[in-house]
Amino acid sequence: MSRPTTEATLPFEVALASYDPVLGLEVHVELGTQTKMFCGCAAVFGGEPNAQVCPVCLGLPGALPVVNEKAVESAIRIGLALDCQIASWCRFARKNYFYPDMPKNFQTSQYDEPIAFGGHLDVELEDGSTYRVEIERAHMEEDTGKSSHVGGATGRIHGATHSLVDYNRAGIPLIEIVTKPMTGAGERAPEIARAYVATLRDLLKALGVSDVKMEQGSMRCDVNLSLMPKGSTTFGTRTETKNVNSLRSVERAVRYEVGRQAAILAAGGTITQETRHWHEDTGVTTSGREKSDADDYRYFPEPDLVPVAPSAEYVEALRATLPEPPAARRRRLQAQWGYSDLEMRDVVNAALVDLIEQTVGAGASAAGARKWWSGEIARRANDAGSDVPTLAASIGVGPAEVVELESLVTGGRLNDSMARAVWEGVLAGEGTPTVVADARGLQLVQDSGALEAAVDRVIEANPEVAQKIRDGKAQAAGALIGQVMKELKGQADAAAARELILAKLA
Amino acid sequence: MTNELITSSASELAARLAAGEISSVEVTQAHLERTAQVDPAIHAYLHVDAEGALAAARAVDARRAAGDQLSVLAGVPIAVKDVMTATGMPTTCGSKILQGWVPPYESTVVTRIKAAGMPILGKTNMDEFAMGSSTEHSAYGPTRNPWDLERIPGGSGGGSSSVLASFQAPLATGTDTGGSIRQPAAVTGTVGTKPTYGGVSRYGLVALASSLDQAGPCGRTVLDTALLHEVMAGHDPMDSTSINAPVPAVVEAARRADVSGMRIGIVRELTGSGFQAGVQQRFDEAVQHLRDAGAEVVEVSCPSFTYALAAYYLILPSEASSNLAKFDAMRFGLRVLPEGIGDPSAEQVMAATRDAGFGDEVKRRIILGTYALSSGYYDAYYGSAQKVRRLIADDFAAAFERADVLVSPTAPTTAFRFGDKLDDPMAMYLNDIATIPANLAGVPGMSLPSGLAPEDGLPVGFQILAPAMQDQRLYAVGAALEARLLHAWGAPLLACAPTLNAVGQEA
Repeated sequence: MSRPTTEATLPFEVALASYDPVLGLEVHVELGTQTKMFCGCAAVFGGEPNAQVCPVCLGLPGALPVVNEKAVESAIRIGLALDCQIASWCRFARKNYFYPDMPKNFQTSQYDEPIAFGGHLDVELEDGSTYRVEIERAHMEEDTGKSSHVGGATGRIHGATHSLVDYNRAGIPLIEIVTKPMTGAGERAPEIARAYVATLRDLLKALGVSDVKMEQGSMRCDVNLSLMPKGSTTFGTRTETKNVNSLRSVERAVRYEVGRQAAILAAGGTITQETRHWHEDTGVTTSGREKSDADDYRYFPEPDLVPVAPSAEYVEALRATLPEPPAARRRRLQAQWGYSDLEMRDVVNAALVDLIEQTVGAGASAAGARKWWSGEIARRANDAGSDVPTLAASIGVGPAEVVELESLVTGGRLNDSMARAVWEGVLAGEGTPTVVADARGLQLVQDSGALEAAVDRVIEANPEVAQKIRDGKAQAAGALIGQVMKELKGQADAAAARELILAKLA
Repeated sequence: MTNELITSSASELAARLAAGEISSVEVTQAHLERTAQVDPAIHAYLHVDAEGALAAARAVDARRAAGDQLSVLAGVPIAVKDVMTATGMPTTCGSKILQGWVPPYESTVVTRIKAAGMPILGKTNMDEFAMGSSTEHSAYGPTRNPWDLERIPGGSGGGSSSVLASFQAPLATGTDTGGSIRQPAAVTGTVGTKPTYGGVSRYGLVALASSLDQAGPCGRTVLDTALLHEVMAGHDPMDSTSINAPVPAVVEAARRADVSGMRIGIVRELTGSGFQAGVQQRFDEAVQHLRDAGAEVVEVSCPSFTYALAAYYLILPSEASSNLAKFDAMRFGLRVLPEGIGDPSAEQVMAATRDAGFGDEVKRRIILGTYALSSGYYDAYYGSAQKVRRLIADDFAAAFERADVLVSPTAPTTAFRFGDKLDDPMAMYLNDIATIPANLAGVPGMSLPSGLAPEDGLPVGFQILAPAMQDQRLYAVGAALEARLLHAWGAPLLACAPTLNAVGQEA
């Protein structure tokens, strides 16, 4: 198969000078339920192909679906967290089309009666402003099986000699969350798209309904994008770019489609309504299946399932289980910890919020917790391609170690540079901070006689600096403190040394 | 002796089995011998499981000998419609596309039958995927009516009605989507009940139209049918449309056979013109019997029933077109490679398999349903049909305000000859005019024999309809009518049927 030729694109800024993007995002989330949407098979990632299947999810003749109540509960909680209305009565519908990885040749989904509708999600942007994304709907459906196309160059069906189908994924509960078309985003469209997916991911994680791992496909994003001439209010023809599966790709895919569509429109062409594929490696989208009016899924209400009719009491009981929204929680913790916006953003981006909250809860200062968790260990995590919580857990370091380290400093046993050395030892697996400090013989000089003697020697050896201090230039004391540290092999209390120097040269 | 074992009712057999007078092996063996003798002429079975049936019979005999507590019908053999999955036997639904398919799992109905200790004699013939009123649409050839081998045994459950009428089994199962239990019962002089929708689990029953399909019992007497009803019915967590409520006390109602003070409603739209004279005559006589038994007879009108057939033939094909999509050669059943295409794609194999595996009637309904659900047509067809369905349910609700049960002839005519309606689908569809409304509304219905039409000497069916979850009323009225007719006739209707031994010997 020949690779599709790369299409012309206009630079993003040029495109935006003439066109306004209209953005819509469809996010599929695999729920973390124990069992599948309509049968008792295990709903877990991986596993021997076609081992987690039964007559129901294989679509054998006569098998019938039964709704997973936990999935309905998760769907309602997601809807509530997105400030949606919850349907008091709704049905599943069959979406009919033939494909070998779909056991029944229809997908049991929801059509015009979604479980949740009409919500919104506020996303915070880099500049500190907030953009409100309107949510059209969130509905329940089942995943399809997974096809692997073998023998071709690209792993796609074209050029493959044969295909393998794994039905383990067939019937895994999915929630599809669809935004209303977002207008007025302008040049912020790529950022908004990314921020929306990131915010949604945090929210779903906080809800505990999914592991939201984009790289494993448990959260998948389709990007709908169209352009309209600046000033127009009539939407253009949209494309649907499928399986954009990382935050960075969401941003890049939006940016690419804006440029690609603008080039076509600027040249007097028309946009084809179609499904497009995102290529992570080359950063482009290519044409997939053409969508047209001929696409007819012949939806009708699923007669094998009774309607879902959650009572108001049940919905309110679920509302009471909602966690604090991640953005509100971040604002609360930032105020509580006294971090700057920049510090807070770094902490959030490094996934340190939970760890710092636990560490502060265990008795550490907010500044100390941030300092220790975002220093050396963050570098190591980055090198290992991991994150701090994962690395910390793997080496058995937690809030208690930070609290202990900090108390060694505040208790006067260690100064800052000694504490860093101790922390490195802790991270190297040498033991608790106290054990490491003991083993390395790290202990500030407590003997005031030794400190005074060192101070005297340094003053004597540096008469010019001493004179400056006598003349009132207190900041010159730093040079002498450094010398004292050297005399005492770093094990001096810098504050005590400073006080002594200033007293002697007053 | 053998003759008595096959002509006895299931309740008589059950009593004698319980008393230790006969064994299940004897009863089962007698029926298998009868099948060997007459089924070459009737062709009611698609699969006979002599070995499995006898093994089950031996097991239940052993349990009885050991003093185990057994269910009422333990040891009484039964035939199962081929739409119900059962392990160890093929399930074909009368279709080439499932030829030889042995399901790896079992329907809830069959599991209940096995748990009741009932040996399964085999799987009975049917119109392909239950689409038809004559078994002429079975891919494996039609079943013949024991009353006249040139006539249809009804459909889709013609295999089940014929095993009963030819004494090859005392009981059988059926499924009724638009009359597939009741119309075959009517044309063979047997009894059949379509329970309230949701009364019997659909799990493991190959779906025709999910919102209309309902499995039910077939027998030669009202009491036998009630006994099997109680075995089959009950809540099943594997079927979300299954009713979670106690099974109506149908056996008790059949035993009491009491209609005194009951109001019987004659449905104006389901009598008179369009109904064969002898069918109407036997119906009127039956109504008089019920009046004599102490029931009050009223006339009710259900004006929307006029549109039932049209609505049914939109809803059924729509659901069927989707239900039958799974037959795609990918995971089970027939796989046909297209001719003249090297290295065919999955889609080409699907198309070739469906072309070769489905019969004309199935294709006709898939095409109808696909069209009716299509974008731009949905509201006009499927949407309108659902509105009619609502009106029919409203008609029933209003009628049941005035009457405890409704009655009508089961089918407009007695059994027609093979080929008579094969080239005229509309004429075939019209045969279900009286039975379809119950499926659209989900209410229970029964057909039982009301005599022979004078003009052709063939059985006529009497239909009783009751409100949802009031299935016991069918049995109260049916048993009362049956008792009075039996008294009038002096013998069961089937005693008038030709003795197939002679037919078999002549053939």
